[in-house]
Amino acid sequence: MSMARASFDGPLWTRLESLLPQVQKPARYIGCEDGMQTPEHGPGIVSWLMTYPDTYEIGLPNAGLQILYEIINERPDGAAERSYAPWVDLEALMRRDGIPLFSVDTHKPAGEFDIIAFNLSAELTYTNLVNCIDLAGVPIHSARRRDGDPLIAVGGHCTYNPEPIAEFVDLVVLGDGEEVVGEITELLREWKRSGKNAGTREGVLRELSKIPGVYVPSMYEVDYDGAFIAAVTPRYPDVPEKVEKRTVADLADWPYPKQQLVPLTEVVHDRLAVEVFRGCTRGCRFCQAGMITRPVRERPAEQVSRMISEGLKRTGYDEVSLTSLSTADFSGIEKVVGDTVSDAGVGQVSVALPSLRVDAFTVGIAAELQRARRTGLTFAPEAGTWRMRQVINKLIREEDLYGAVESAYSQGWRRMKLYFLTGLPTETDEDTLGIAELGRNCVELGRNHHKSPSVTVSVGGFVPKPQTPFQWFGQNTEPELKRKIELLKDDLRGAKGVQLKWHDTRASLAEGITSRGDRRLSAAIEYVWRHGGTFQEWSEHFSIDLWLEALAACGLDVEWYVYRHRTEDEVLPWDHLSAGLHKDFLWQDWRDALEELGLEDCRWTPCYDCGACTGYGIEHVVASATPPAGGSQGTGVDLSTGGAVPVMLQAKRTLREETLATASPGARS
Amino acid sequence: MRLRIAFSKHGKVRFTSHRDVARIWERALRRSELPVAYSEGFNPRPKLSFGLALSTGHESNGEYIDVDLDPARVAGLDIDSLAGLLTMHLPVGLTATGVVVVDRRMPSLQQAVTSCTWQIDVRDVDPVIVEASIDRLLGCDEVTVTRERKGKEVTDDLRPAVLSLAVVSPLEDGVRLIAELGTQPRSARVSEVLSALDPPLVEHRVLRLHQWIQTDDGRRAEPMAVSTASSAPLGASV
Repeated sequence: MSMARASFDGPLWTRLESLLPQVQKPARYIGCEDGMQTPEHGPGIVSWLMTYPDTYEIGLPNAGLQILYEIINERPDGAAERSYAPWVDLEALMRRDGIPLFSVDTHKPAGEFDIIAFNLSAELTYTNLVNCIDLAGVPIHSARRRDGDPLIAVGGHCTYNPEPIAEFVDLVVLGDGEEVVGEITELLREWKRSGKNAGTREGVLRELSKIPGVYVPSMYEVDYDGAFIAAVTPRYPDVPEKVEKRTVADLADWPYPKQQLVPLTEVVHDRLAVEVFRGCTRGCRFCQAGMITRPVRERPAEQVSRMISEGLKRTGYDEVSLTSLSTADFSGIEKVVGDTVSDAGVGQVSVALPSLRVDAFTVGIAAELQRARRTGLTFAPEAGTWRMRQVINKLIREEDLYGAVESAYSQGWRRMKLYFLTGLPTETDEDTLGIAELGRNCVELGRNHHKSPSVTVSVGGFVPKPQTPFQWFGQNTEPELKRKIELLKDDLRGAKGVQLKWHDTRASLAEGITSRGDRRLSAAIEYVWRHGGTFQEWSEHFSIDLWLEALAACGLDVEWYVYRHRTEDEVLPWDHLSAGLHKDFLWQDWRDALEELGLEDCRWTPCYDCGACTGYGIEHVVASATPPAGGSQGTGVDLSTGGAVPVMLQAKRTLREETLATASPGARS
Repeated sequence: MRLRIAFSKHGKVRFTSHRDVARIWERALRRSELPVAYSEGFNPRPKLSFGLALSTGHESNGEYIDVDLDPARVAGLDIDSLAGLLTMHLPVGLTATGVVVVDRRMPSLQQAVTSCTWQIDVRDVDPVIVEASIDRLLGCDEVTVTRERKGKEVTDDLRPAVLSLAVVSPLEDGVRLIAELGTQPRSARVSEVLSALDPPLVEHRVLRLHQWIQTDDGRRAEPMAVSTASSAPLGASV
């Protein structure tokens, strides 16, 4: 009965097959996607297992993983397959029956690959990383691995501070992976040819550490001065003191993925995705992604249009997402939108613009794209007052937001979603309550157009991230974040049309523990894993008690790792790793933040010398020399007008101010 | 114009759900550039209608889907080559086995199909014991089963839905059964029939061999045969 593909199926598939009827969503484990590859393995071929340490539904759409999967498979000396963390039901059966982690492409045991490479996009997946290494049958500690064991590599945004997982990984890749995977493959190919003889692993790791962008934690000694780090020193003279990230200069050279995987079962972001640019220079100070991916590199608009039309035709998807950190800033946006809409035939293709900019121009583009379905629009003002937004350098004025919202309501949208952060540096209760105020004002605007407009206000607790100007900031305590959420809940009680949603403040605490930790934290991560703490991104499995218990058991202090403000002279655990940003630029930007000083987008204004362009000898690749219509991050707009609220809304606010005056915010806490 | 497509589902893809297969078909039809008709309104959907759901994990030789085409764009369509074209756009394991034009006035697949024939492999059992338990079940006038439906316990009689059930061949490590199970007013599940046996059995591998439609003259026929018989020449039913 079984057909085709059978020739690829090893004994592992046969054993797995009989377990699949017993688990939820078995289609997670079968592969068979359009675009799947079944590469040949052999002595001269370096085999990579590209692994996402969370479920298939979350991991499959990951663009980084798919890009590298294709690039490696295009090499005659490379073979790449994929793996995802099995859900707890299958994991229990696999452990019972002694079935190891496997690739979904040919169902090959993970331990048979030369290198297992994980994409780390979120710190709370660290325990899953450890679990996957263990399920692969590989010792979880790098120091215990034998010559024949696969190398454990990690890439992705979390790698800008990989110190908390330093003990578990052999190598870390910083930045864009397109070029460096080839260099690693070449080095490993020679090692594999030579038979990976006893005692050669250390030498290979040392050679790997010399490849630009590759960080091998075991090649560095960390010295402590009490709780502080005294120094991080290379163990050999030929190992670099500072590891610089990799940056591909021109996205036009990398039109990947060419064969985006089309899964057979539902996944998140189940649509075609075309990356329109990489990097962001808006300079939002809380945003790690914007800081570490500089400079801006746009894909030529013609290439984007071609990737969209060919991709839709090949995959059969009826939806395409134009991805980047701020797609409305793409200088070719109008051409691409025009091409796609005119190309779409009977209007059956919809275009998603994630990360919308907050202005009327953007809504205009969205209107052109979503001719049929006007369900909801999402904006991210991030903070409730102009003062606060100058601190975080998200230079959206009230009038920009109201203009966007007014424009959206007048063009048929009924629902808005607004994203905010709380627990930001210098945030007062007035700033926090400004979030509620914006939400209410947006509903008011909607009432001019609809009977029952709805605004969802979504609030997350701010977690300071490495390699950003806020890396020195002590995170708000969990009770403080909770108090701020309560403040908003109280203030919005009875507010018609405003729905408040908030992120679990305990999860923000756990993220805080893992974000800015050092190597000593490895023990706590191992403790959480050993006590069953996998899938910590899933609320049904997340346990803050387990994390706090782990810290206590390892003699580590929450206050030290999360809540403490760092000083300028402190050696940060990630100081020997560079995203191209000068530390003095980050410090200056931190000082500017505290002085409530906003910086304009440097794509269209003079350079602030952050280091990202000059350090790598490349420049922002932007097709247009003028900022897009509507402005971007303060360019071409009068920033002195930021606090102004339209007169129409002023009246409403006075009423609320009266009620506020009778119950001061402080009294509610 | 309405097409009825027959397809099979074998191998690894048997672990996809009915919903998954529906989405796979939507994409395959778009890729094939067949002039599928879309619903009107704000959220146009392709006009597809699927037959009886196949449980996740079961294979099938006889699955069906009805597809409405846009009459304005069907000129020059070569029905005979469609099965091959569609298979090219389906994942390995899903194969279009035939395409016919059907009358749009015909009842939907869900309404029309009255029974299915199943091939059921069971492991680690003695054929003699299985045969005896089948005889006992078939000898009963009533086989009550309770199941949960919308949070409530529902009891019904499974016996009328078991049209036939027999051991056809011993396997190396078990037996192969063939069953014909009724689908109206509700589909009898293979697993509930096996659990109703004494001792109960657990399916190892299940393959739907046929779906049957009761014709006007009292015979039974497969959905493609019925439609061919009553289908008008290409274009005439538009």
